[in-house]
Amino acid sequence: MSKTTSIIEAKDVDVFYGEKQALNGISLDIPENKVTSLIGPSGCGKSTFLRCINRMNDLVDICRVSGDIRISGQDIYAPEVDVVALRANVGMVFQKPNPFPKSIFENVAYGPKIHGLTANKAEMEELVEWSLRKAGLWNEVKDRLNETGTGLSGGQQQRLCIARAIAVKPRVILMDEPCSALDPIATAIIEELIDELRENFSIVIVTHSMQQAARVSQRTAFFHMGNLVESGNTKNIFTSPKDERTQNYITGRIG
Amino acid sequence: MPENTSIQVRDFEITTGNRSKSFENIVVALMIACSAVAIVVTIGIIFSLLFESINFFKKVPMSEFLFGTTWSPQTALRADQVGASGRFGAVPLISGTLLISFIAMCVATPLGLFSAIYLSEYAGNKTRSIVKPLLEILAGIPTVVYGFFAALTVAPLLRAGGEGIGLNVSSESALAAGVVMGIMIIPLISSLSDDVINAVPQSLRDASLGLGSTDSETIRRVILPAAIPGIAGSLLLAASRAIGETMIVVMAAGLAANLTANPLEAVTTITAQIVALLTGDQEFDSAKTLSAFALGLLLFAVTLILNMISLKIVNKYREQYD
Repeated sequence: MSKTTSIIEAKDVDVFYGEKQALNGISLDIPENKVTSLIGPSGCGKSTFLRCINRMNDLVDICRVSGDIRISGQDIYAPEVDVVALRANVGMVFQKPNPFPKSIFENVAYGPKIHGLTANKAEMEELVEWSLRKAGLWNEVKDRLNETGTGLSGGQQQRLCIARAIAVKPRVILMDEPCSALDPIATAIIEELIDELRENFSIVIVTHSMQQAARVSQRTAFFHMGNLVESGNTKNIFTSPKDERTQNYITGRIG
Repeated sequence: MPENTSIQVRDFEITTGNRSKSFENIVVALMIACSAVAIVVTIGIIFSLLFESINFFKKVPMSEFLFGTTWSPQTALRADQVGASGRFGAVPLISGTLLISFIAMCVATPLGLFSAIYLSEYAGNKTRSIVKPLLEILAGIPTVVYGFFAALTVAPLLRAGGEGIGLNVSSESALAAGVVMGIMIIPLISSLSDDVINAVPQSLRDASLGLGSTDSETIRRVILPAAIPGIAGSLLLAASRAIGETMIVVMAAGLAANLTANPLEAVTTITAQIVALLTGDQEFDSAKTLSAFALGLLLFAVTLILNMISLKIVNKYREQYD
């Protein structure tokens, strides 16, 4: 596992919300075609770090980010970077399923349309089918692509959001507690899906469930009060954590 | 508190409370009475409109009122006078009302909608906290002020401007009244549209931006489609406000019942005619006076239908995200 290349390299990342510092000098490498999970108690900064990777924090007026985050070697906070282009390369799946109030087809076609990824209708149909198959949703919705996406069950909606994200074929997919609004069965389906997706994409997932982190990820980073306490192979983090705070968190004493 | 202190709990007495129930009943009765007054008065007005209109339609056939194209309600003082019967064709009034409302909507829709989009999607909190109250000041200006603004400022301006390019603009024109009325209903459209745009969940914006859309793509492809029913509702409400508006048209649009689509000419509206019909002394049972009730009923029906449709649309939209 030490031979894997890093897709994301973060160095000394500080984040401030107004006067309040949310992240202190985070340095973390995220490997390509692996699942990396960010764990830690609420308010530890793991979601904040996730949102630095596709610059969703730009939307918060009072948020200030400093430090260096590189994806494939490119500084994503460099002045010449177009945030819109960055986000086309770094997809995101949110905590609550948020399909557009449009048809299932239109939901998936949204990204490819705005980025002009397909030349004609047939290509678009092919891309939508590919995305829905990849998200494990095709068989359930192939006969009702024109029905509204908001009419699906919660788990199906979240898979639709995953299909929507991968339709743009990003290098990286960020997932912010993607299963927290879902029941255990829907969660199991999504976890299985995440495992399959890492073949094509590099995935960073924020999760509150340590079992989930242990099940789906190869790398784990533990955040605590705005600091990155420890990161490494998931197995090592959960079996032989080096830091006492990690030990306390994974055994349920804090958090 | 030491752990072994015993606490005296209440006696279990649940049949007699110490507060009187009759006071509650009086309060409830008072409130029911107050709301009943409003409802009874409304019903009374509707019936009075209905009955007087029926009286009017006994004198003038309904077909002439609804389809006649000449409006000259002057009835003679003596029955044997020449030209004793007035003409009560409401079409020029309806067309005048629609023309002015249409002009008003043409002015107010883009201005109101774009300011709503700017306020809800682009403006920072600081700008918003300054601009929004400023826009709402427009809603607080008395309509009579708008009226003389239209008659004394806008109309002469349009007339002078029209002369400059060789157009003959009547000194009381549909355009002047419509433009000023449009300005008046901007805050109505902007504030209602702002509300429905804000009601579109942030999660949809995040989803769109997270896929790499620009702000304007997000607005065009996600926010506006989601908000369009609510926006349509707010436009209909504004239209019904424009149709029912009186002071501006009385002062700026004139009383000449011209059947024309030319916004540079003087037209009259249903509301302006009602004012004209009932200003001064008149017999209570003449066709001229009674026609005001028929016009009132017509106006009431149109605005009621518009309001009902728009409220239905707005509410249906709200349910979608609650």
